[in-house]
Amino acid sequence: MSFPTTGAIDCDLHPAVPGMRALLPYLDDHWREQVVVRGIDGLDPSSFPVNIPANGRPGSRPDGGKPGSDLALLQQQALAPFHTRFGICNVLYGAQSVHNVDLAAALSRAINDWLAAEWLDREPRLRGSIVVPIQDIDLAVDEIDRRAADHRFVQILLPAASDAPYGKRRYWPLFAAAERHGLPVCLHAGSTFRHATTLNGWPSYYLEDTVAMSQAHQAQLLSLVSEGVFTKFPGLTVVLAESGFTWLPQFMWRAVKTWRAMRAEIPWVDRAPSEIIRDHVRFTLQPTDAPPDAAMMARTIEQIGTDRFLLFSTDYPHWHFDAQAALPEGLSPALVQRMLIDNPLETYPRLRESLP
Amino acid sequence: MSQTLLERAAAPAARLMLVDCDVHHALRSPADLHPYLSQRWREHLKTYGSRKPTPFTGASPFFKSAPALSRKDTWPPAGGTPGSDLAFMQEQLLDRYGIEAGMLHLLSITGMDQRNQDFGAALCRAINEWQYAEWTQQDRRLKAAIVVPGEDAPAAIAEIEHWAGNRDFCQVSLVTHTIEPMGRRRYWPIFEAAAANGLPIGLHSSGSNGHAISPAGWSSFYTEEHHSIAISQQGLVSSLVCEGVFSRIPALKVVIVEAGLAWVPSLCWRLDRHWARMRDEVPHLTRPPSEYIREQMWFTTQPMDEPENPDDLRDILSWLGWDRILFATDYPHWDFDDPDTAMKVSLTEQQRRMVFRDNARSVYGLDK
Amino acid sequence: MSKHVVATVAEIPPGKRKLVTVRGRSIAVFNLDGEFYGLFNRCPHQGGPMCEGILTGLIQSNEPGHYEYSRAGEILRCPWHGWEFDVRTGQSFCDPSKISVRSYPMEVAPGQTVVQGPYVAETIPVTVEEQYVVVEM
Repeated sequence: MSFPTTGAIDCDLHPAVPGMRALLPYLDDHWREQVVVRGIDGLDPSSFPVNIPANGRPGSRPDGGKPGSDLALLQQQALAPFHTRFGICNVLYGAQSVHNVDLAAALSRAINDWLAAEWLDREPRLRGSIVVPIQDIDLAVDEIDRRAADHRFVQILLPAASDAPYGKRRYWPLFAAAERHGLPVCLHAGSTFRHATTLNGWPSYYLEDTVAMSQAHQAQLLSLVSEGVFTKFPGLTVVLAESGFTWLPQFMWRAVKTWRAMRAEIPWVDRAPSEIIRDHVRFTLQPTDAPPDAAMMARTIEQIGTDRFLLFSTDYPHWHFDAQAALPEGLSPALVQRMLIDNPLETYPRLRESLP
Repeated sequence: MSQTLLERAAAPAARLMLVDCDVHHALRSPADLHPYLSQRWREHLKTYGSRKPTPFTGASPFFKSAPALSRKDTWPPAGGTPGSDLAFMQEQLLDRYGIEAGMLHLLSITGMDQRNQDFGAALCRAINEWQYAEWTQQDRRLKAAIVVPGEDAPAAIAEIEHWAGNRDFCQVSLVTHTIEPMGRRRYWPIFEAAAANGLPIGLHSSGSNGHAISPAGWSSFYTEEHHSIAISQQGLVSSLVCEGVFSRIPALKVVIVEAGLAWVPSLCWRLDRHWARMRDEVPHLTRPPSEYIREQMWFTTQPMDEPENPDDLRDILSWLGWDRILFATDYPHWDFDDPDTAMKVSLTEQQRRMVFRDNARSVYGLDK
Repeated sequence: MSKHVVATVAEIPPGKRKLVTVRGRSIAVFNLDGEFYGLFNRCPHQGGPMCEGILTGLIQSNEPGHYEYSRAGEILRCPWHGWEFDVRTGQSFCDPSKISVRSYPMEVAPGQTVVQGPYVAETIPVTVEEQYVVVEM
């Protein structure tokens, strides 16, 4: 089946950093020397080991290279088949798990510079998310302020699990910066491993870690709502990427039920959590975690209660669908249209600057 | 919603006898266990006491919404904490709602997650003795869970084998906040012992393991901690399935208690989709994860999920399987579900019988 | 509609309450600073006994970390799931436009008026010296 439209906006692509060597040109003299002298390398995140088939769809690995590390392959496999107008790049490299915050800041900056020079400069359809050293909120805000002038960067990228739930007030300067610059904040699947991947410790299997990511996303969403982040920052949009979304109805029901009982504990939450989520939170499409039948998917979307929540994504090179079957069954044509184009344009205002 | 919600609720049928799969009895004080503890452990209980990986000796750092986590109207007129007075429980719960069997879950004090493992084993034995003498033998409607120290498999197995065959005990219980994910092999012998003795495992959210209450770290509010029960059970179910506990022990039955159940279908969909791409990592799973869940797991209804459109709950229940669902009140807790009014979706007669009675009688072997 | 005597003023001091039955309906009567309010004794959620709930103040906030406390003793929490209701109006705080508990306006009537009638006072002896809480239903 050929893709139903042109002009789609892919909200989750993963260009891969080949290794620290690729970032050396983007480090200053001090850090470049440190990296070489100390042999600093190997920062591929444990949340996405590169050799696992699910993390690199067939054909996405250049000879001897990591999936997603080759621009030509990304153009052929991710952009061309979907007639993509814009693709947002979320670089998953381990800067956000480093304990030395100065190194984290230097690596984050280098990753963003690398993305700009070797991907955004070379492929006008690509846009970027700002990698920030979440370990130190002041340094993270510095990187946002530094990068915000380049309007090819359209959002701020955080891992879904780091030191504390993101609703906590210690993270608020980052949301203030995001709101100030009109940038959404993306919580992308992946952990910095400051905490075990489940609240009962460390599962044996990567399959479990992967499935558990939606539990981190649920906890984060609960935190953002409960702490009043959207009361404090009414202009903020949060994107949950690679989180799945079919868990959202039951999550909203439970959140509303609890809030009705506990309103007095969090009195700044002035309306039902489900309404707050519908207004402020968006979800990328892949992985869809689709139910086995289309009717159930349609019911789930109806229960989510808005057609504005979904953002098209391929999650290239992560392998969630075969060939070009990126669209799950059960989505109405109207929702597909909104998902492919309208919702991303509303969510990422900077994209509109490039429209004719 | 409006006050006509009560009219919308399914009218209770001519009084159907119910099985309540989550009733919380309680000690009046730790001294209630003294008759069942040796001198050494009586002294230890009074001095060193209960020690878990939590910062306070007397409370959780996530303070609950109400004292003793309980409805204000469940404090016994004769004194004591909610759930500690059998006569009041009989009047307020068992007799009032026509409950023919109630599954007891003790939350505090437990021996299940004590850091001193010998003390934990002694406490579990004492608690089980106390449950037998002062609850299940005093009101034959009440059935107990064999509480076992989950981190100490030999002691847990000894406790199971001590009580196996005693019809007052219908399941085995361990805390859900285990130190490792519960599907890990250190817990397998406990499951094997339970299954060998024909006992389901009843997993009521409880315990402390020192891990943050979410994979994203420590939340701030009871609002979050309360909701995290549903989230944490997703991880627990994943672990049991993915580690192969169900494929390894086909006779094992597991009941998830007090987590609600609307989260189960979407978890199943997610597990199945990702398993399909990662089957090579887990060759011991020969079938999609959801099949194990829908064959070997049961879920209590409380706290009843409340979709904006109440009829949406029917989709959830139906997808899970009408035979998987076990009604529970969670008496005397503050988020108690009233058997007459909590179920807002109308059920057929057969569904009602299954959910409110027959499924539980089957899972817990009440008719054997 | 008829007027029913539910209590003497003296038996419900400020801050206290009484559970009464009028025309088969169970009503919780509250005294807030000398003014009387009646609420249907069944919570719209699952039917919990409202009269057994605690009274609190109202906590509001426009800013996380800031708490504005007012109306001490005027908010009734259902003893079951803790939903908050305004004793004066019966409105919930979680969804005031859609969720409320039926409220019954109460008045104080002097004994002389009550004795003249027509009031229904089935269980409460009426004298001209007392003051009475009455509801029209």
